[in-house]
Amino acid sequence: MSHLEQLRRSLAIAEKDVWIYYAKGPVMVFGIIFPLFLIMAFTIGRNMTVVDLFPGLMGMAIFFTSTAVGPAILPWETRSRTLERLVTAPVEVWALLLGDVIASFVFGILISLIPLSVAVLMGVEVLHAAVFVLGMLLATFCFASLSILLSVYPPTDVPATVMMLSSLVRFPMVFISGVFVPVDQLPGWGRAISSVSPLTYFVDLARYSISGISYYSAPVDLAVMTVFAVVFLVVAIKLHERFLPQRFS
Amino acid sequence: MDAIQVNDLTKRYGGFKAVDHISFSVVEGEIFGFLGPNGSGKSTTIRMLTGIVKPDEGTAAIMGHDIVKDSIRARESIGFVPEMANAYVELTAWRNLMFMGDLYGIPRSERERRASDLLKRFGLYERRDNQVRGFSKGMRQRLLLCMALINDPPVLILDEPTSGLDVESSRLIKEVIRELNRAGTTVFLTTHNIEDASQLCERVAIINRGVIIAVDRPEALRQAGSALYCIEVSFSRSVDERELSDIPSVREVMKFGDKLRLYVDDIDMAITSIVDYARIHNMKILALTTLAPSLEDIFVRLTHKTGAE
Repeated sequence: MSHLEQLRRSLAIAEKDVWIYYAKGPVMVFGIIFPLFLIMAFTIGRNMTVVDLFPGLMGMAIFFTSTAVGPAILPWETRSRTLERLVTAPVEVWALLLGDVIASFVFGILISLIPLSVAVLMGVEVLHAAVFVLGMLLATFCFASLSILLSVYPPTDVPATVMMLSSLVRFPMVFISGVFVPVDQLPGWGRAISSVSPLTYFVDLARYSISGISYYSAPVDLAVMTVFAVVFLVVAIKLHERFLPQRFS
Repeated sequence: MDAIQVNDLTKRYGGFKAVDHISFSVVEGEIFGFLGPNGSGKSTTIRMLTGIVKPDEGTAAIMGHDIVKDSIRARESIGFVPEMANAYVELTAWRNLMFMGDLYGIPRSERERRASDLLKRFGLYERRDNQVRGFSKGMRQRLLLCMALINDPPVLILDEPTSGLDVESSRLIKEVIRELNRAGTTVFLTTHNIEDASQLCERVAIINRGVIIAVDRPEALRQAGSALYCIEVSFSRSVDERELSDIPSVREVMKFGDKLRLYVDDIDMAITSIVDYARIHNMKILALTTLAPSLEDIFVRLTHKTGAE
């Protein structure tokens, strides 16, 4: 069977995910409200302009929205006893997971357009729009892949367990990724730690897109995000292939 | 061609052999029952056949497609209703069917035609636009069967298809299984309900502790079991089963409520001895019936025997 045929099945899974997990009032409200709260939390009472805050805020908005639901999908399907029927359909594990990634990607992109629009309305001018759009697409895909990786272990049917564990990964990542302090202002050890987070490269690229200044060059940011996306996806697929049968024991 | 061919299939979990070198085949167009007590290896076997779990040893093929090397083709050949499965309760019945059809690569117009036919056949067409959340267990099971049939599979695998259903849904599902089989679909089903297996299946395999202990037609198993006669007797008060085991020609005694079922070699000698036993112990015989062993008797005896070993 062709990869294209499997890809079509990924899209069917993504559509199912959107209807079941994303197109719900509380999820949509979270997606819309959360980035706006971030904007208010970082601008009100602080002597920083939206332009200064834009890279970090966009990074957090994309990061949190594209990893918000993904980790809970497989535990939820296990619990609601829909997973066994799904994995016995003629769909490869990679196609099944890619479907979940696509759904997280679409949600992340659509929701991130809100803070982007607000920022533009507040006077942020994106100088390198094409680079920014490419970086946004790449980063969202990268974080959506990470969200699937976060649900690998333990192979539980309790979504709350996975969400708690994923928070332990997601929140520290924000603090080491140059969101609050640009990478070039970090000490040497800080720069070393920030280099292992994909969010660092998107924030750096967003800074370049509006000011032309960045710590890494734009091609490096894009290349590293691509590598992270591929690594997250491949490792997630391999590990899920290994642990998926344990969800039925 | 065999619809399902299983050779030496084995699955271990640590040191425990869940399935131990089982072999059987299911002929195309047959209804084949897979019987066994809880923890006997039924579900592990089904999970290997449906590609969820990889076997440690042995091979299996569905419609000629190896379940490991050609897993996607093998899965395309089956429709599957897992035990305790659920449709997506947030979606409507119609959307569940469209999604499942999408996973099998069925073109939209064909999917819609099949979905309409199936929903009508299973009495769900009027509820097609309702969320599954509001469906009863019987309706959900019927919908799962619709989802399993959306790809018009040559082989249907059903894990406890009538378990916990109301009489009407259970009867409808059995009727549909027969109807599908008449139209050429091979059916492989597991069940705890021996009566269902007896009514539906042309052959059954009995598995216990990961080992297949019998594969035959239900009637042949019954006849093989009738080498022993069965006497069901009820006394005016409780008796010690062990005392009855000592009666000449009695091979085995099993208790069923206030009745005792005795499996015997010589029915005449056994009845005479039972009457003597009642007289000596000053008891009345309330009922005494000779029985041909049911499929359930064979199942219980075979699984009991292998369990004891």
